[in-house]
Amino acid sequence: MHIPDGFLATPVWAALDVTAVPAVGYLARRAQRGLEQSKVPLLGVMGAFVFAAQMINFPVGLGTSGHLVGAALLAYTLGPAAAGVVLTAILAVQALVFQDGGILSLGANIINMAVAGMLAGYLPFRLWGKGRRRREAIFLGGVLSVLTSALLALSELLLSGVAMPAAVLRISLGLFVVSAVLEGAITLAIMQALESINPDFIRDPQSHGGRAFSLVGMAALFVAVIGVAFASTHPDGIQKLADATGIASRAKALIAAPMADYQLGVWRSIWLRKAGAGLAGLGLIFGACLVCGRLLARQRGT
Amino acid sequence: MQALIDVRDLHFQYDDGTVALSGVDFQLFPGETVAVLGANGSGKTTFVLHLNGLLKGNGSVTVCGMPVERDTLTAVRQKVGLIFQDSDNQLFMPTVIEDVAFGPLNLGLDRHEAAVRARTALHEVGMAHACEKAPYHLSAGEKKRVAIAGILAMRPEILVLDEPTTFLDPPGQNALLELLDRLPQAKILVTHDVDCARVLANRAVFFDKGRITGEGSVEEVIGRFNWDRTALKRQATSRL
Amino acid sequence: MHHVVLDRWSRGSSPLHRRDARAKIVAALVFLIVLATAHRSFIPLAFAYFAILIAAGFVAGLPVFAVLKRAAVVLPFTAVFAAISVAAGEPMRAAVLVVKSYLSALAVLILVSTTPLPELLRGLECMGVPRYLLMVIQFLHRYLFVISEEAQHMCVAAQTKSGSMRRSLFHGSRFNAAAGALSVLFARSYGHAEGVYQAMLARGFQGHFRTFANPVFRKADAVFVLAALAVLAGVRLVLEVWS
Repeated sequence: MHIPDGFLATPVWAALDVTAVPAVGYLARRAQRGLEQSKVPLLGVMGAFVFAAQMINFPVGLGTSGHLVGAALLAYTLGPAAAGVVLTAILAVQALVFQDGGILSLGANIINMAVAGMLAGYLPFRLWGKGRRRREAIFLGGVLSVLTSALLALSELLLSGVAMPAAVLRISLGLFVVSAVLEGAITLAIMQALESINPDFIRDPQSHGGRAFSLVGMAALFVAVIGVAFASTHPDGIQKLADATGIASRAKALIAAPMADYQLGVWRSIWLRKAGAGLAGLGLIFGACLVCGRLLARQRGT
Repeated sequence: MQALIDVRDLHFQYDDGTVALSGVDFQLFPGETVAVLGANGSGKTTFVLHLNGLLKGNGSVTVCGMPVERDTLTAVRQKVGLIFQDSDNQLFMPTVIEDVAFGPLNLGLDRHEAAVRARTALHEVGMAHACEKAPYHLSAGEKKRVAIAGILAMRPEILVLDEPTTFLDPPGQNALLELLDRLPQAKILVTHDVDCARVLANRAVFFDKGRITGEGSVEEVIGRFNWDRTALKRQATSRL
Repeated sequence: MHHVVLDRWSRGSSPLHRRDARAKIVAALVFLIVLATAHRSFIPLAFAYFAILIAAGFVAGLPVFAVLKRAAVVLPFTAVFAAISVAAGEPMRAAVLVVKSYLSALAVLILVSTTPLPELLRGLECMGVPRYLLMVIQFLHRYLFVISEEAQHMCVAAQTKSGSMRRSLFHGSRFNAAAGALSVLFARSYGHAEGVYQAMLARGFQGHFRTFANPVFRKADAVFVLAALAVLAGVRLVLEVWS
């Protein structure tokens, strides 16, 4: 899910780079907060841990195995702001040193994985990490972190006009769901193992204040996730929905204008036009979810 | 002669309640090298972490006449140079020269002075050729020498070394012992390596369950606590 | 490991290596942006840019074939999407995708192969990237090898223990064993971090990393940036006007 350079349309990568800059600045300030640079070695070493951890195979039968992605795990052990910084660092090293992911598309990858994916993974833990449903919350967090990043990446690719017939889309979504479930299981297994070594490794999901925001964020996230999945496979349904709510025309105008000069040939395909419009509308909902997520992180005083 | 390090009745307990030190008295005089022997978990490392204020227990710890407390930490850490067992943890900057210059920079020296100090220290330990190298290109012995350079660059009066010969092969160990023998600072050597203690130290203390239960010359302490393989060697030769 | 190889390549002394990191970063960004936004006269442009990168590789004294091969890691991912585009009846689109992603990866590779990571990070700091993030990247890079080695040792140890289990369909116990291994690696990494912090404190760290090296932007660097800008933009302008 690391998008290389050359895939995204200029307005898409440019907009995401512009969004990523203040987002990363905010995360870095939050993570640093008064502790100056004392936590730098911890964050750096745990980033190296995630890299190394991706080498360890989790067998799931029939000769296949998966590996940890780590956004949720980092959020549960270091807190969301620090996790965001570590994930950004990981993405930067992957792009620069390992040519995994592009540089112009680094903003997109950061938003998808270090910001949105990480927050989506953190939300369930924040809401339910203290109760009887702690294990389910951790599992759900793992699932949502991967699912959110993958769906966002997919939307960005679709918006950029990368060809994706419905059959391929369905297969991709299926693969996303499988990796998401795997991440949930792996994250839960590691968290349980960590708890038996040293419970202090895991942060306390404070549940005072901001609960309303977290729930709204959670709901928005569910809508966005399910909505994007639906949109990708049923563009006509979304078109009707978008028409009904008036989003479609506005979204089309938003996208058509800057895209027009670039003659990408995207809009020749009616299906893609509809999907693009629908996705753009849902993208707006997701943007709202991100804002909620940020507000809740601020409220929590992490 | 005033003691460089003066520890009186030091007690320390970890957060989970484990008692690590239960009343330690210790003194280090100029020019001395003291070997600190004892079983794993006997409190040796915990003890030395108090000498530069990384841990704070109950009792008094005085370094070069200064009590070790929050206000004096910077000055104490310049006087007491602690060399950890794991050299990878100690060499955390991207290049050798940048790592050795870390200490002088923290002492307030400017870049130019820090660079001069770093190069001098690297020269002292025989690693001047490795200035621009990255730490993972160095062997275990080289890393240890660079770690020592990093401490020497701060011009300490006391060197505390925690298990310095671990991970080193025999040639590496010999080179290290030679280097340490040359250095004029007073030294504390926490070590399992009995030969290292014999070669370098003029005195030894023995830790057991958080207190010092024996003191004296190195041979005396080794003999009293059976801290080497003399008995085994005797058995082996008697079998021949 | 690749990053060790990259480290070696980046410690050369060619004219390109000696340029200030900021100049190289700007040149690389210009390359990436001009390439990303290009769509007319694409084929000749692609050839021209490929030639420019190869020339840069030679000037830098890099093992050009190895560099070309390394940049190709982006191709498997791209090939999938290219194949889909071809199947959807848009072969030109597929070609553009492959070329853009490969040339972009090659440009970035040449940047990092001629600039040691610490210098690159210092250049980025001068250009406004938060210091906190850059220090985290620096430490991550430093301990990447250390932690990866420990992970490898754990993998080998686990393999020697679980040979007989390979046949069983239910891999639950191996799953949990992997989780257990990761949690141990986590604890060890945490231990390393604590050790590093203690070592920092022991050498007088008071909360801020002080800068050691001071990059100097020379005339040669200015010339390089302007030349790069002129060549990259100029080639595209000329080719587009010509077509």
